[in-house]
Amino acid sequence: MNGFPILSIALFAPLVGALLIAFLPRGGGRTIKWIAAAVTFVSLVLSIKVLVGYSFSQGGMQFIESVPWVADLGVRYALGVDGISLPLLLLTNLIGFSAVFASWQVEERGKEFFILLLILITGVMGTFVATDLFIFFLFYEVVVIPIYLLVIMFGSSKRVTKEYAGMKLTIYLLIGSAALLVGLIALFIKAKGLLGFPSLDIATLAGLQYPVPFQVFVFSLMVFGFGTLISMFPFHAWSPDGYAGAPTAVSMIHAGVLKKIGGYGLIRIGLFILPIGARYVAPVIAVLAIVNVVYAAMICLSQKDLKYIVGYSSVSHMGYVLIGFAALNLISINGAVMMMFAHGVMAALFFAMIGNLYYKSHCRNVDDFGGLAHQMPRLATGFMLAGLASLGLPGTVNFIGEFTIFVGAFRVYRSLSIIAIMGIVLTAVYILRALGAVLFGTRREEWDHLQDLQGLEMVPLLVLGGVILVVGILPFLIMNPINSGVGQLLASVGLMQMGGNF
Amino acid sequence: MTNIFHSAWMIPLLPFLAFALIGLWLHRWPKISAGLSLAAIGSAFILSLLVALKIFSGHPGEFYKMSVHWLNMPGLQVDMGVLIDPLSALMLMVVTIVALLVQIYSLGYMKGDPGLASYYAYQSAFAGSMLGLVVSNNFGQIFVFWELVGLCSYLLIGFWFGKNSAREAAKKAFITNRIGDFGFLLGILFLAIVFGTLDYGELAARVPGYHNLAVLIPISLLLFCGPVGKSAQFPLHVWLPDAMEGPTPVSALIHAATMVAAGVYLIARAFFIFNSTPQVMTLIAMVGGFTAIFAASIALVQNDIKRILAYSTLSQLGYMVMAMGIGAMTAGMFHLMTHAFFKSLLFLGAGSVIHALHDEQDIWNMGQLAKKMPFTTWTFVVGALALAGIPPLSGFWSKDEILLGAYTGGHMGLYLLGSLVAFMTAFYMFRLIFVVFFGSRTPENHAHESSPVMTGPLLILASLSVVSGFAGSSLTDNWFAYWITNSAVVHHEPNMSIMVISSLIALSGILLAWIVYQKELISHQSLRQRFAGIYQLLLHKYYIDEIYAWLIKFLVDGVAHFLEWVDLRIINGAVNGLAKCTGRLGQGLRYSEDGQVQTYALYMFGGLIVVLVTALCAVFTALA
Repeated sequence: MNGFPILSIALFAPLVGALLIAFLPRGGGRTIKWIAAAVTFVSLVLSIKVLVGYSFSQGGMQFIESVPWVADLGVRYALGVDGISLPLLLLTNLIGFSAVFASWQVEERGKEFFILLLILITGVMGTFVATDLFIFFLFYEVVVIPIYLLVIMFGSSKRVTKEYAGMKLTIYLLIGSAALLVGLIALFIKAKGLLGFPSLDIATLAGLQYPVPFQVFVFSLMVFGFGTLISMFPFHAWSPDGYAGAPTAVSMIHAGVLKKIGGYGLIRIGLFILPIGARYVAPVIAVLAIVNVVYAAMICLSQKDLKYIVGYSSVSHMGYVLIGFAALNLISINGAVMMMFAHGVMAALFFAMIGNLYYKSHCRNVDDFGGLAHQMPRLATGFMLAGLASLGLPGTVNFIGEFTIFVGAFRVYRSLSIIAIMGIVLTAVYILRALGAVLFGTRREEWDHLQDLQGLEMVPLLVLGGVILVVGILPFLIMNPINSGVGQLLASVGLMQMGGNF
Repeated sequence: MTNIFHSAWMIPLLPFLAFALIGLWLHRWPKISAGLSLAAIGSAFILSLLVALKIFSGHPGEFYKMSVHWLNMPGLQVDMGVLIDPLSALMLMVVTIVALLVQIYSLGYMKGDPGLASYYAYQSAFAGSMLGLVVSNNFGQIFVFWELVGLCSYLLIGFWFGKNSAREAAKKAFITNRIGDFGFLLGILFLAIVFGTLDYGELAARVPGYHNLAVLIPISLLLFCGPVGKSAQFPLHVWLPDAMEGPTPVSALIHAATMVAAGVYLIARAFFIFNSTPQVMTLIAMVGGFTAIFAASIALVQNDIKRILAYSTLSQLGYMVMAMGIGAMTAGMFHLMTHAFFKSLLFLGAGSVIHALHDEQDIWNMGQLAKKMPFTTWTFVVGALALAGIPPLSGFWSKDEILLGAYTGGHMGLYLLGSLVAFMTAFYMFRLIFVVFFGSRTPENHAHESSPVMTGPLLILASLSVVSGFAGSSLTDNWFAYWITNSAVVHHEPNMSIMVISSLIALSGILLAWIVYQKELISHQSLRQRFAGIYQLLLHKYYIDEIYAWLIKFLVDGVAHFLEWVDLRIINGAVNGLAKCTGRLGQGLRYSEDGQVQTYALYMFGGLIVVLVTALCAVFTALA
């Protein structure tokens, strides 16, 4: 590379913003927000630049930065991106940027809010660009603190209190990361024995041959850790409560990208380092994935709080990602990565719209609304776009993810896939029921005072909605990078399967 | 001169472009939006016409194909492209003609509606999606557009979203279609796995040589789920009558002429797959035949002008599907074309009536409109005669083809059933006509003939309803069958006696309606009372909607509530229970740390004793 540390700049721009804000006086409302917007914009532009500048003919990790850090443990400050991390890096910054605008109405303790938000964005981004296991884990842990504070300080209490939600979220994340840590230490020690020197570089670790029982053991720990993060059944209980309690921006980032660290970790660390372990455990994941899809979708049908609907729906959609992963072939994992991107954009848009509506009406209950499309046509457009994406309509990016997963998974788990595909019917039912009840029907006078989206409120809708449609219509923009990344990863672990005979 | 086929890809794209421009930018100016939409569909029509002229001046086996990679990775390839052959060229003509006329008609019908710009945006989106569906060259592409036409249908049914009934109808349509699409998608996935391709051409080369019926039968069955949903066949027919909540021009275009026929078109497209599984073909014929008679029986007693037409559409779609099932693909497509013209004519005529009567839809509140709205009346009568199958109008030729196919194919039961449906069709259509346009009652109304922008399309469609049947008649040496065919389709020589019999059947239906509703020689009220049980059953559409509603309430929502309980009580209960246990444990142990030195001294002493006793025990055991 040309020595310009583009990833580091993208990574630390939000952190610099947080520092700048820390030095501002307490009352600096607008300045704080504009700083936050500016630094997230810088990261967004840089991540687009990385996507455009990535050379597919060359493939592999690019934009590498590597500096020795803790020599005794073999830790290096090592960053890099490939076709799998690129879409997720982009996703993080798309959502981070939109989340700032979705939080424009935060006035009270705005300074703390945006500092924490920016730290959160850096933390999430770090996990996707780290090529060193230690750095990955470090950023993962960085995420926990701002999330907890943001939820208990700025959250909302409905079915559960925000304190409960924040605590639940945090404890789940910590328990997951504890299991992960055990696995990582075991891996480190084993690898040190095999290599003769300490290393935490993911690619180096992946180049080793571990005994099968060890692989199964460590991979199972990872499934527990990452599975909790991606809300795999039965470790999903934090997700709906957490999203319901969290403020809009946190729901957006959490459902949009943080959850995806689980899926990303399973692929980048679990599958890459421990492919045989993955093969052993995959059928279990596939079964749990189906439970995710159907169980959560059914629960959505009986939910009345918009945030719970999207919360359970995200659990359901993660089932698709998981079965895509569990099928362990190129097509299905391509689909899983695409689905992570797609779900991220969609969920963020959904939460942004709900947040806006909640801010204006102080209400999230489906039955209390009706005919909002009369008063708020733009908000209705945003809701419909997110909803149609959620039910996997062609033309939205989610269709690409789902369809690809189905094709890939159907080869391996036939009957499980059929059950999973039933999810498309259930999703249509709960999404259309909820959106119909909120947006359409008789106009209700009591909501006449609500203002439609305007000015900066339009930013999340335009950015996220635009991505949903553009990638949905031109899927190769994101699918080509994913395919190159997943293809190389699978080839290196010897799992490359050429399906069909084109 | 450049090859017109190279511009064929623009046919679906132009309306999409209009949609995007209206949605993003022009929606503030409804008139400009409408104009743009019309310009787009008009250009698409002209292009389609040129394409059709070229394809029909060549030979039947010729086709043009182009495609670009859309979703492409090793093992999965979905292209977006264009396939122009006689079948798609025919559909292009039907869709663009009807869509253009409906959009013109809508200028009058939707005049002054506050949502006019979005109406035309949706109309353009529909036209683009439908044309994209028609020109698809693979199953991946057709599925994409298949879902998109469903979306447009959803948006247009729910166009007057302030009405709760419209909202519910739109939702029902989408979800019911999704159930069909679930099967359709599975069928596509099976195809992808078994044959490794979704391309029609490659599949057509591979499927006939593939003889494993255990695989082919599930594929055919699953693919057929798509048409069952989209073409509203029993048991997924329930959405179509409710879809009448949309504006009437929408019903004419989407829910009569084009989108609902997409299922039939799909069967024709994938005929090589269905035809290789005779068992599934029989099932298709039976489903179609059953839907035809089932819907026709409901249409006999309905009172809403649009619902009568909706059940008639269901019944005719059943006819087409039945034709496909008995292997008479050509006849099915022929009926699709003629039906598109006369049924959209009937719907637009009904719209003209509804418009003139300020949204009155109950036929018993109408009457003697013939004098006030002569133009609408007589075009409507032409459409009804065509539908009833009176020679030489178009419906006669196409219906006759189907009956002929059933008769000569040895499907005697289906032939009789088809004839019975023809009788019922003639009866309920002329029941409607006599009650609405003639009859003896003179209700208060101030109906006026609609403006030329609405009657113009009626006239064109009426002419098409008259002449389009000749394409498949012996007068043109069955031009239609020469082009729209397939190696598997068997053609039969026209049979004079079948023609005569079916004409007589249609006439007797009209006669009966005339006796009951015009002359009132038999009182329909007394008929209603005498057959009260059957009447109620038909009026309530065999209670299918009620059964479904009950199933959804008790099965789907019941399970949903149960699982919610599981999640809250068991999963969350376990989590919270664990947390509580930890808390309790801490609470309990707290008392051990009371900060008093005496207590700690006691613990120490106790500990010492335990250690001593253990040590002593150990010593004694060692000694002993």
